[in-house]
Amino acid sequence: MGYVAVKGGTLAIEESLKRIKFERTKQGKVLDVTRIEGGMRGLIDQIMSESSLYDETLAALAIKQAEGSPEEAVFLLRAYRSTLPRKHYSRAVHTREMRVERRISASFKDIPGGQILGASVDYSHRLLDFDLMHETDEDAARWLEAFAGELGSFPEAGRPPELMKVMDYLIEQGLMISPADDNTEPDDVTRRSITFPASRSQKLQVLTRGQTGTVTSLAYAVIRGYGVSHPTVGELRVGRVPVCIDDPLGSGEDAEDSYYIGEIKVTEAEMLMSAAVAKEQGGKELSFEIGYGLCYGQNETKAIAMGILDHSLEQGDSRFPTQDQEFVLYHIDSVESTGFMSHLKLPHYVTFQSKMNDVRKTKTTVTTPKADETEEVKELCK
Amino acid sequence: MQINYNFAFFDESSKREIRRATLKAIAVPGYQVPFASREMPIARGWGTGGLQLTLSLVGLDDIVKVIDQGSDESVNAVSIKKLVQNTTDIRTTDETAKATLIQSRHRVPEIPLRAGQILVLQVPMPEPLRMYEPREAETKKLHAEKEYSGAWLMLFEQIMNYGSMTTGADHPVMVHDRYVMAPSPIPKFDNAKLNSSEALILLGAGREKKIYAVPPYTKVVSLDFEDYPFETESFEDRSCRLCGSTGVFMDELYDDASGTAYFQCNDTSYCLERMNEQSWREGAESR
Repeated sequence: MGYVAVKGGTLAIEESLKRIKFERTKQGKVLDVTRIEGGMRGLIDQIMSESSLYDETLAALAIKQAEGSPEEAVFLLRAYRSTLPRKHYSRAVHTREMRVERRISASFKDIPGGQILGASVDYSHRLLDFDLMHETDEDAARWLEAFAGELGSFPEAGRPPELMKVMDYLIEQGLMISPADDNTEPDDVTRRSITFPASRSQKLQVLTRGQTGTVTSLAYAVIRGYGVSHPTVGELRVGRVPVCIDDPLGSGEDAEDSYYIGEIKVTEAEMLMSAAVAKEQGGKELSFEIGYGLCYGQNETKAIAMGILDHSLEQGDSRFPTQDQEFVLYHIDSVESTGFMSHLKLPHYVTFQSKMNDVRKTKTTVTTPKADETEEVKELCK
Repeated sequence: MQINYNFAFFDESSKREIRRATLKAIAVPGYQVPFASREMPIARGWGTGGLQLTLSLVGLDDIVKVIDQGSDESVNAVSIKKLVQNTTDIRTTDETAKATLIQSRHRVPEIPLRAGQILVLQVPMPEPLRMYEPREAETKKLHAEKEYSGAWLMLFEQIMNYGSMTTGADHPVMVHDRYVMAPSPIPKFDNAKLNSSEALILLGAGREKKIYAVPPYTKVVSLDFEDYPFETESFEDRSCRLCGSTGVFMDELYDDASGTAYFQCNDTSYCLERMNEQSWREGAESR
């Protein structure tokens, strides 16, 4: 009597929810949300980016509740996001004004303002640090004190100057055509669903909300062979940018009247690709084009991958799935892809019964063609 | 930090936006209206389209029924019902006739729906042409131009290959002589119930971000050919083991003990009502 299993759903769900709570707490130790916020910066940044909700504390709570599963944490935050009214749109954020914590260029050694390594695992050796097994809060405090002492021996730098963009240098040198400012009011795919062909703002929004792994894999496909281009990191910067909103009662034209509401940490990647540009009399010359990536938090792989995909989607060669807008943009969202995968676990008794009916019918109605008929058809097809 | 949710989960402007899309869908029967589908507290693919419709429509006087593949007690139906109830505190029921709003996954109830009721169907794949055209930009054009030869060709090829149409559930229908529509994967058996329905039928696809509708008394015809007429699933000579019904959609079940298949109404609340009626009648007769 297999059917009974799907009845009594109410009780089964209640018991299942108890089981999941048991799994989270069975070792008698629960995570403190502030500790998650303090020590899981990488996961928090990834989850804020995929959820497109910038709030470290809520991300930490989601991580706790989801027992660290990124797809589940993103799901929780997205669902919470649905309950929030959208009261304001911010003014455009200018990454030139970024309080830079890290900034590198793979194109030029000596960029104006210099390379700033900042916090990065890039040159760490991936050896498990067994000392961390027994690290205490006191250890951390001691280390911080020593570190502060080290910093104290440097003179106060004052407010760092705005760093020039590597792109500006290329434009100055005539190696890149200065892209015109596009001040079209951006679309918002969370308020009006995406349309095809997608606008640039729709593309960038879907990419920045994309699942980190998916964005990375598809960009990897681009540079490995599906629409080959070998991009160079023109500039990668990580830092904080101010966010302002217009005075709700004002005209919204004067930036001076806007309100500063806080800052967000972002990663920005400007990827350079060489491209042929037509010259007079059928000649061609090479020039640089840009692919743009920007995401919440320090998510460098994702920002670089986003830059590659942005450029790829601008090409639109239908031979490559990675240049097909619908192929890329419809399939990289974490909540959508994981949701549809998990729906396969739902009962499909009715639909399957219907399919079974079809299958049975074909077994009785299909008559195998006689041998000589098949030969005849083959002959005709030649 | 304690957060209380708004009535019916959404903020009011989200509800209004979904209702606007719904009104447009009712005005253009069978046409898929895009809407900015929200992420829900249940997974994409688990009925988020239907749930958004339900939550945007419920008021305090509504009585909600939720069915999943015919069953009110199925885990997902219970889960959705619980969410609606937790965020609205309105009444729920298993009885089709008592409900004002029925959210269903892949079935139209056996008891005929009446005027004033709303049936919300959950839709995984709203695009009937997706099978042969993966691009949304293209299928939009095909609908605009009423260019449906691909849909007919698809059925024709099935007949050539298998001797019959093998669409399973979700056999495409023509709505109001204008739009070819995916009836959501309801079995072919239920297609006829969409035609000239007294109740309003709304279809919501959350992941694919579309809402569409079959307003009351709209003509809905399953696609077929003169020489290969549309055929529903057949349960000929079968009757429900529990209530004895015939002519309803049935689940085929396997009895471990005897090693044989038996049949049972798929619509569990219909089956229960029939059984209750029978025992009441028997009781009355013996008195």
